[in-house]
Amino acid sequence: MKVRVTVMLKDGVLDPPGKAIGHALHTLGFANVGEVRAGRVIELELDETDAARARAQADEMGRQLLANLVIESFETEVLA
Amino acid sequence: MAIALRNASGREPVMLWHRQDTLPELDLVVLPGGFSHGDYLRSGAMAAHAPIMGPVRDFAARGGYVLGVCNGFQILTEAQLLPGALLRNAGMRFLSQDCRLRVERNDTVFTRNWQAGDVFRAPMAHGDGNYAADADTLDRIEGEGQVAFRYEGENHNGSARAIAGVFSANLRVCGLMPHPEDLVDPLMGGTDGKPLFDGLVESFVQGAAQ
Repeated sequence: MKVRVTVMLKDGVLDPPGKAIGHALHTLGFANVGEVRAGRVIELELDETDAARARAQADEMGRQLLANLVIESFETEVLA
Repeated sequence: MAIALRNASGREPVMLWHRQDTLPELDLVVLPGGFSHGDYLRSGAMAAHAPIMGPVRDFAARGGYVLGVCNGFQILTEAQLLPGALLRNAGMRFLSQDCRLRVERNDTVFTRNWQAGDVFRAPMAHGDGNYAADADTLDRIEGEGQVAFRYEGENHNGSARAIAGVFSANLRVCGLMPHPEDLVDPLMGGTDGKPLFDGLVESFVQGAAQ
């Protein structure tokens, strides 16, 4: 199964890359862009046929390695 | 780092490989700076789960002394041996310059050769040195004296409350972003970082004599 893990900085945590992207978008003329937050997407191929189990495994991976819960939060989504 | 440890102790430090899964008998474990595993994902994230970190964790749990500098500090936070995390520098730039550090307390093995409030020069070289933790954690570590060093004057990387280094609750694990080991000999341009290493060695020699 394919699982997507999306890791984002928690609300309130300063995001310098997001800010830099926002500045660049303004420079390009996208004047209506407000706050920009930059995260990370990780797609995992899991040798697993049960969607619930695949997602539970990805959640565990998120907690142990893929996200640092001090500063980040994450979501998992079974794609196929 | 090895030079700083050798100069202070007169002994050759033991080099350990990240794939090792045991530690010899040691007075101090040092996680030096540099980069690890490409620092993909987050700085220090993969290294925090390297085989050697199991025994390092056990060593710390038994009350062992651990020092982490720069990437070593990042690894110690990722391993949850120290509170908080290190984010991208607020200004987005890699910082390679000297900073000034203020010593918060001197009743620890790491800071005993300074006075509380002393300010010393330390080189820094990092892209992810912006110390972060939630407000409750910051209040707690400040309240419990776990702040080891703060940036004096300019807070170059935007660290929360200008925190440059922290201790564990038992004051036996210490991590900081700047590099005191790079100023331990007049030939390096100064000896501002030497009190850290001299203090550690004196503590261990006294400890062994007791």
